[in-house]
Amino acid sequence: MPRINSSAELDALRQEILSQRDPDQPCLTLCSGSACHATGCGKVAAAIEEEMESQGVADDVHFRRTGCHGFCEQGPIVVIYPEGICYLKVKPEDIAEIISETIKEKKIIERLLYVDPNSGENTTLEEDIPFYKNQERLVLGFNLKIDPKSLEDYLAVGGYQALVKTLFEMTPEQVVGEVKDANLRGRGGAGFPSGVKWDFARKAPGDKKYVVVNCDEGDPGAYMDRSLMEGNPYGVLEGLMIGAYAIGSNEGYVYVRQEYPLAVDNLEIAIKKAEDYGLLGQDILGSGFDFTVKVHRGAGAFICGEETSLLKSLEGLPGEPNARPPFPATKGLWGKPTNINNVETWSNIPLIISKGADFFNSIGTEKSKGTKIFSLVGKVNNTGLVEVPMGATLRDIIYKIGGGVPGEKKFKAVQTGGPSGGCIPENLLDTKVDFDELTQAGAMMGSGGMIVMDEDTCLVDLARYFLAFLSDESCGKCNPCREGIRQMLKILTNITKGLGTESDLELLLELAETTKGASLCALGKTAPNPVLSTLRYFKDEYEAHIKEQRCPALSCKALIAFYIEPDKCKACGACFKQCPAEAIEGGKKRIHVIDQDKCTRCGSCVDACPKAFGAVKVMSGEPVPVAIAEEARNLG
Amino acid sequence: MSEILLQIDGKKVTAKEGMTILEAARSVGVSIPTLCDHEKLAPYGACRVCTVEADARGTTNLVAACLQPVENDLVVRTRSEKVDKIRKVLLEQMLAHAPDSEELQELAQVYGADKDRFEAESSFCILCGLCVRYCAEVKKKHAVGFFDRGAKREIDFIPEVAIRECWDCKECFPLCPTSALQAAYVLTEALMSPPASSTKGCNSCG
Ligand SMILES: Cc1cc2nc3c(=O)[nH]c(=O)nc-3n(C[C@H](O)[C@H](O)[C@H](O)COP(=O)(O)O)c2cc1C
Ligand code: SF4
Repeated sequence: MPRINSSAELDALRQEILSQRDPDQPCLTLCSGSACHATGCGKVAAAIEEEMESQGVADDVHFRRTGCHGFCEQGPIVVIYPEGICYLKVKPEDIAEIISETIKEKKIIERLLYVDPNSGENTTLEEDIPFYKNQERLVLGFNLKIDPKSLEDYLAVGGYQALVKTLFEMTPEQVVGEVKDANLRGRGGAGFPSGVKWDFARKAPGDKKYVVVNCDEGDPGAYMDRSLMEGNPYGVLEGLMIGAYAIGSNEGYVYVRQEYPLAVDNLEIAIKKAEDYGLLGQDILGSGFDFTVKVHRGAGAFICGEETSLLKSLEGLPGEPNARPPFPATKGLWGKPTNINNVETWSNIPLIISKGADFFNSIGTEKSKGTKIFSLVGKVNNTGLVEVPMGATLRDIIYKIGGGVPGEKKFKAVQTGGPSGGCIPENLLDTKVDFDELTQAGAMMGSGGMIVMDEDTCLVDLARYFLAFLSDESCGKCNPCREGIRQMLKILTNITKGLGTESDLELLLELAETTKGASLCALGKTAPNPVLSTLRYFKDEYEAHIKEQRCPALSCKALIAFYIEPDKCKACGACFKQCPAEAIEGGKKRIHVIDQDKCTRCGSCVDACPKAFGAVKVMSGEPVPVAIAEEARNLG
Repeated sequence: MSEILLQIDGKKVTAKEGMTILEAARSVGVSIPTLCDHEKLAPYGACRVCTVEADARGTTNLVAACLQPVENDLVVRTRSEKVDKIRKVLLEQMLAHAPDSEELQELAQVYGADKDRFEAESSFCILCGLCVRYCAEVKKKHAVGFFDRGAKREIDFIPEVAIRECWDCKECFPLCPTSALQAAYVLTEALMSPPASSTKGCNSCG
């Protein structure tokens, strides 16, 4: 691989790569992110290679393994270009047919197409699938176009143009100015203006400075950063180099959590390739700019995502937050000025430099510009990664992209912002995705977690779940966070067990105020959010638990009971067979009865009872009727 | 070092750049309660009872006086309804661990904290870290440290180090605002065999 010594040489290489690629040549792509690895894309890939060979198309068809497409519950996903035909949930045994029918004969295989769960209609092209159609994939879009192991692919889609522009046409001040003008705000949680932060680091005295990528991504269920790092590590690195040039740094670190082996692999390959081409190292493209980057694997503690903890962890110290000030921009890694940004923030930089601040400002709301990637999960038909322009409403994301709530269930709330985010109720679904609007609604943007909940979710229990997470994952150093969460968690646990008292709600607010006001870092300052937002919008649920011993969602085990309605039971025995606690008295032609003392409230009987009978009733807040008399149990 | 002018509880204060609010307050005789602060140790910011209200550049923030640097035109209130309420709850949370601690009880009186507000906790330690930091920063021995995180965080002696160092030192004992430290040491001591001669090393290996 020849070292590239100038921007002209880079252009020549790009032209050479493009000249060897025929846009009309059939290209078959397979998504190979971590999620699809889990659903078996490795075997599908092997089958594709084998079939291409045996059906004699290996020379005419290009096969590319790309990063995550985002529609993970439908993976592995195969897309056939130039048409863009999209096949979902592809299995190795489908491949022979895909090649013989679709590649060779241009025939569509109906059974592999996307089926709309509501209308039952098929969609052939990827771009027409509602999940994709309603997104704006400015950042994530590269994941579909490149093989993360191929720097050439990145060059072919315009990669490193922003770096060339930066190094040869812009001063560091101009780069900072452009990012400031773009109004880019950090995607890692707090939404701090990135340009302003860069300016602090640039102006901070010191000749040694660092740039850092935060890929700790500790929010349970979130994988935006993982997918970007796995799918397009070049984009992250290009952004990082531009930032380094802007603040005057020659050394960067990427902090990736240990649990992301594929991200680490792809990143290391990308670094190696960039080094070989001279796109990392000394005198990059003959510009005089030197830059090296190292990968650090984090042990995977949630608190290590907090920037001051992350920097300590990079230094080999325990990951505990430091008070700010001093901010990392003035005193960061090894005491030197350091600029740390989230993976998605860095990924936006090449776009801003190439297309300009005006372009970036044309997308979004007044104070939140550009797009945001969310990890949409929970009770929603289409789960996966979605990228939308800022200003999109939660309703659009959940219904247009997510396809709404599955089954006959009713939507209840959407939780955004990770473990210390908040819940937003149905009547606020027109809230826009915007840093400030979400915060006003009692939730937050966070790094992009979005969990949809239906009527079966108990929001008191949800708040309890998040506080339990935070109680385990805080560093434990400061009193308001550690002890405040401990006490709030105890109260919530009691309420879900029906042991709450009326003064508990006041006490929760008082504890929340202390934890929010006095904690050292943002974990503690935001930890009460799950409690505060559910109390704000779903106070009636708390009250039902406390005053009526009733869980409206019929979910808190201590407050529910299962009861077989005698007039509906047909003595089919289905529940009797399923009950793991042997709590059901059955018998041939005998109305079944649940022994309330033995019942563990697992709910197996509800699922087992045939829909047509619907004899098992879930009850809460009312006494279970006395069991039917023995002599009345005989049926017919 | 340039001079910084600020206001604490209505008093005009001249401080040096780099000073904390706590230091500036002390310099003019304003007392702010602390539990994890110690003159020989670096500011730590764990107990948070030194939380004060500070107005800067048009916004009011709650900050820990022991860590927050002074800045020009800062207006600090060391007591306010909000501050007192926070201190009260913080003290109540710690009293659930160490109801008999004299230091906590004295502060509880001032802020009206009820030592029985929360159910008693099994550990006495309030994790102020005085022992851990004293051993590390002053004695440079690291015989006692923090273990685990979140609600499970605790202090413990590292037996291999403690067996060599602690017997003749025990300087951290009086620093502890609760009886937790001594208890932890006693436990550690019980686990290790008592040193034959505390000042000398093991005979066989020198
Ligand atoms: C408890 C906690 C966890 C965090 N975890 C992450 C994380 O996993 N990834 C991330 O990018 N930022 C995380 N942050 C935010 C970082 O502290 C920091 O604000 C961010 O890396 C700055 O980058 P940005 O300005 O590009 O968002 C976390 C913050 C807190 C308080
Ligand atoms: S707020 Fe929580 S996580 Fe942050 S320093 Fe305090 S104890 Fe640690």
